[in-house]
Amino acid sequence: MATTTIAGQTYDVNEEGFLTDPQVWTEELGTELAKLIGIEMTDAHWKAIRFLREDHGVMGETPTLRRVSTQAGIPVKELFALFPKKPAKKMAYVAGLPKPKGCV
Amino acid sequence: MNTSTATTSTSLLILGGGTAGTMIANKVRKQLPDWSVTVVDKTDIHDYQPGYLFIPFGMNEPKQVRKTKRPFFADGVNLVMGEVDIVDPESQKVTLEDGRILAYDYLVIATGTTPRPDQTEGMLGPEWHKTVTEFYTYDGAVSTRAALDKFTGGRLVVHVTEMPIKCPVAPLEFSFLADDYFTKRGIRDQVEIVYVTPLDGAFTKPVASRELGHKLEEKKIVLEPDFMIESVDQEAKVLRSYDEREIAYDLLVTVPLNMGADFVAKSGLGDELNYVPVDKHTFQSTQYDTIFALGDASNIPTSKAGSVAHFSVDVFMENLQQLAAGQEMTHSFDGHANCFVESGGGKALLLDFNYDTEPLTGTFPLPKVGPMSLLKESRANHLGKLAFRHIYWNALLPGRPLGLKADMTMAGKNTE
Repeated sequence: MATTTIAGQTYDVNEEGFLTDPQVWTEELGTELAKLIGIEMTDAHWKAIRFLREDHGVMGETPTLRRVSTQAGIPVKELFALFPKKPAKKMAYVAGLPKPKGCV
Repeated sequence: MNTSTATTSTSLLILGGGTAGTMIANKVRKQLPDWSVTVVDKTDIHDYQPGYLFIPFGMNEPKQVRKTKRPFFADGVNLVMGEVDIVDPESQKVTLEDGRILAYDYLVIATGTTPRPDQTEGMLGPEWHKTVTEFYTYDGAVSTRAALDKFTGGRLVVHVTEMPIKCPVAPLEFSFLADDYFTKRGIRDQVEIVYVTPLDGAFTKPVASRELGHKLEEKKIVLEPDFMIESVDQEAKVLRSYDEREIAYDLLVTVPLNMGADFVAKSGLGDELNYVPVDKHTFQSTQYDTIFALGDASNIPTSKAGSVAHFSVDVFMENLQQLAAGQEMTHSFDGHANCFVESGGGKALLLDFNYDTEPLTGTFPLPKVGPMSLLKESRANHLGKLAFRHIYWNALLPGRPLGLKADMTMAGKNTE
């Protein structure tokens, strides 16, 4: 298992740099993770990320783009503007959650 | 066998007579003979859905995958033909579109998932089931066969709209079989095969990626990951994504958005894709104790596949017997899935996994002996996949035990 050091703290991450334990996440850490992928967090970013965290807490799964869009009321186009090119993966990364996966 | 008689027997109402619904009805008749069992379905046709994949390539004939539903139900199962309008969970009644009302003590929602091309702009159009086609319905599989027959060269795009989809490996299998098919026709060098997925790769789990990642390159299948479709332009023959990428096609074989039944949403029982939120270990609705959802209709985080329905039903039946005896449900489903994956050239892979364990290499069902190999191509796996159609009709649907345990086992799996 790899680790990474962010703001003086060491965290366990997988081979793609995603946090392996959603419990260690804080909003401060989210801000730092976002910076690592070139995203400066704004209120609009936080609306999506806070929904991901809440929904994961209840459902136990990282929500899909459709779910973020319908449940948090953020159009998919806007999610692409906020988290360019790979919104589902980037949101999961910033929120300290596993990326969306298929079965293989 | 109806609720108007003066008996006090418990009534189980099953919506949907597909794989899960049929198995449950037959098992309840056997294991809880005092219960009344009613199944509602809108059609008397039962298709062996895994067979759809083979139809476009002439490896299965359409008539081999289609049978009449009624003969698969045990004596005493009350089959009602009709379309569900709405469930009223408070009064425990289901209303059909023709106005009939069915009361229940326990309700099982097993209405599966359906491809919905109407949900993507431009997908349904004059070219639907022609140059824009799919293989997740009987008609779609037959039209895809005609489209492939006519195809003499150009770009074939195999596309997944959004996850989750039924049988999530099927589009990959389709790509592998298409490579084979065009090779056999001697025109493989005139066909470009492109695999388009909303995920970040064709393989997203570490061991599967390592073991199978090279397959696409080997078969010269071009990968377009992270593609979130916004629309299809049938005139220009392109797919457009939300981030304004375009992919041109000559023939598009798509997997449309998959959604649960509309009555689920209308009844206030569904999530954003009309899947019923349930406890992933017991299939009990998170809203109502008297409602369960099995098969593809629930939101459990594992593959929407027949094997999952099969293992789920085994666990569900043990819990249902406890419920009937006034006990607490103690059996817990682990998310077990077991799927054959055609890889072309008369070979297939086998995947065996659950909520916590990703697909691993090894042998199945017996350690070392197999005869099936996990995450590795073999002829035996392919023969297993072909043989399963007979097992499905003759053993699985009637509710006979197949000798496979509902819980996944680590025996035979390689852990590193």
